Amino acid sequence: MKILVCISHVPDTTSKINFTDNNTKFDSNGVQFIIGPYDDYALARAIEIKEANAGTTVTVLNVGPADTEPTIRKALAIGADDAVRVNAEPSDSFFVAMQIAEHAKSKGYDLILMGRESIDFNGGVVHSIVGELLGIPSLSPVMKLELEGTKAKLAREIEGGKELLEVNLPFVAGCQEPIAEWKIPNMRGIMSARTKPLQVIEPMAVDSGVSLQKFELPPAKGAVKMISSDNVGELVSLLKNEAKVL
Amino acid sequence: MNILVFVESAEGKIKKTSLEAVAYAHGMGGKVAALALGTVDAADLAALGKFGAAKVLHAADARLNDGVIQAYSSVIVQAMQAENADVLVLANSSLGTPVAARVATKLGASIATNVTELPETAAGFVVKKSIYTGKAFSKIEMKNAKKVIAIKKNAAEVKEVGADVAPESFTPQLADADFAAKITATEKATGEILLPEANIVVSGGRGMKGPEHWGPIEELAKVLGAATGCSKPVSDIGWRPHHEHVGQTGVKVSPQLYIAVGISGAIQHLAGVNSSKCIVVINKDADAPFFKAADYGIVGDAFDVLPKLIEAVKAAK
Ligand SMILES: Cc1cc2nc3c(=O)[nH]c(=O)nc-3n(C[C@H](O)[C@H](O)[C@H](O)COP(=O)(O)OP(=O)(O)OC[C@H]3O[C@@H](n4cnc5c(N)ncnc54)[C@H](O)[C@@H]3O)c2cc1C
Ligand SMILES: Nc1ncnc2c1ncn2[C@@H]1O[C@H](COP(=O)(O)O)[C@@H](O)[C@H]1O
Repeated sequence: MKILVCISHVPDTTSKINFTDNNTKFDSNGVQFIIGPYDDYALARAIEIKEANAGTTVTVLNVGPADTEPTIRKALAIGADDAVRVNAEPSDSFFVAMQIAEHAKSKGYDLILMGRESIDFNGGVVHSIVGELLGIPSLSPVMKLELEGTKAKLAREIEGGKELLEVNLPFVAGCQEPIAEWKIPNMRGIMSARTKPLQVIEPMAVDSGVSLQKFELPPAKGAVKMISSDNVGELVSLLKNEAKVL
Repeated sequence: MNILVFVESAEGKIKKTSLEAVAYAHGMGGKVAALALGTVDAADLAALGKFGAAKVLHAADARLNDGVIQAYSSVIVQAMQAENADVLVLANSSLGTPVAARVATKLGASIATNVTELPETAAGFVVKKSIYTGKAFSKIEMKNAKKVIAIKKNAAEVKEVGADVAPESFTPQLADADFAAKITATEKATGEILLPEANIVVSGGRGMKGPEHWGPIEELAKVLGAATGCSKPVSDIGWRPHHEHVGQTGVKVSPQLYIAVGISGAIQHLAGVNSSKCIVVINKDADAPFFKAADYGIVGDAFDVLPKLIEAVKAAK
């Protein structure tokens, strides 16, 4: 079985977000980059499937410039067999999805796993666009995925509950917890990751339907108003009369 | 400009977030048609007219009672063609977002999700969307002739702007391939207020000490007509169900009022709540980081403050 895991390279969840160049560029100064947390679930599930099914290979793919390679190596250290980097700035979801679909269309992957969303652009759409481009089902957010031969049983989270599904391979899934436990690379993994193949391919040209004009930060929050724990009634009247939310 | 709005329903009732999508489309100007799929209450369908739809289409096929992503995408594309629609508006949701992506791909449309405001159309067609899990926004020009817009909760205010309209039935062509992913069962919490759609949320963190102490959180939620939420460790250790977990890796909420009790305010939690209109924090530690993100704060023990707060809310009613 062949599994493709698509990972984004995103600011650590504790990062403060800033922009430069007149609010048109992300300021990566002092920011640490990680595998997208949801993508990490996808990778962990792929490795579990590989461990349970001899002969399974896991390829990781990232669309990004050369500085994403440490993040890709981390995925190899966690247990992926090989990696592909599409050498391009991931400018928008459609662009990224086109690159992934172009790579995947001739490779015969049985399963394409991604995160439910990236935590930078939060589009929540790359998996669904790839599914449509390849003409196969796409399901997201998937919280459980069990394989039974050429079929899979899934649970997809819906508002306030879940949906159970059956689908034949191949398909695309956008993953989230509790599909698997995040994996931490061990020493052996880190050593072997250095020599695992990482292929760099050039992007295909894509006519993007969107262009960024500028970034904005939310307005600064006003000071918090503290209320004594002996005077809880005041909170209720402030919520009613000042904030007008009750 | 012709706009199609895909409206979602649950147990036959049109969702509030979809009414916001209708209000958003109405706010854009142009001719608005709303499309509902599966079994939906007749009164709810007609009422879409009140909220801004000039026309209501209903594909009542029972195969559409479940939210099958591919089938829905295909039906929506057919309705876009029938209505000669330039823009599709829908609500971001576990169904809306994947459907938006597939529809946009089929139509070669520009797509934007997590949109928070009406478009600016003075120069081009520019939408504002929430990115970095609510820590920032971007302004994006949508350049293609066709556009798909998925809006975030509270992007538009639901108002009565018209009168009921009589729904028209819409008969799409459905192929077996559209049902390749088979839904075998749905497990849905009924009756309770759903977290992503709630106007008020009461959330508890590890400071609540254990699942047996959730009574006051639930009672406060009940008197406020609120949904209950929690921090990630609380759902990880199984004190509360997974779907209540709020934050960067959980549900992102944007209610009018978010009340956090015994939650420290880690940046990953804040990322899921920072688009709330008003935040109240109750924590026994005056230095808890959450106070910096709050509008109102009480330093105190949850087990002392919550009963008083419940009484005060009841008294104010
Ligand atoms: C990649 C990543 C993603 C994450 N995503 C999320 C996410 O989506 N959502 C999320 O919530 N977390 C997330 N986390 C975890 C996050 O970093 C914090 O660990 C978590 O939010 C802490 O939960 P907590 O505030 O309930 O617990 P704690 O940090 O233990 O805080 C408990 C608080 O309760 C207070 N307290 C204790 N007793 C009382 C009392 N009797 N009365 C009143 N107050 C009391 C304490 O003062 C303290 O402030 C993520 C972490 C990582 C690494
Ligand atoms: N630059 C990228 N390279 C590879 N995969 C990506 C990239 N960006 C997003 N993805 C994948 O697509 C999923 C959804 O991303 P998004 O639509 O941006 O929210 C992510 O969780 C990743 O698995």
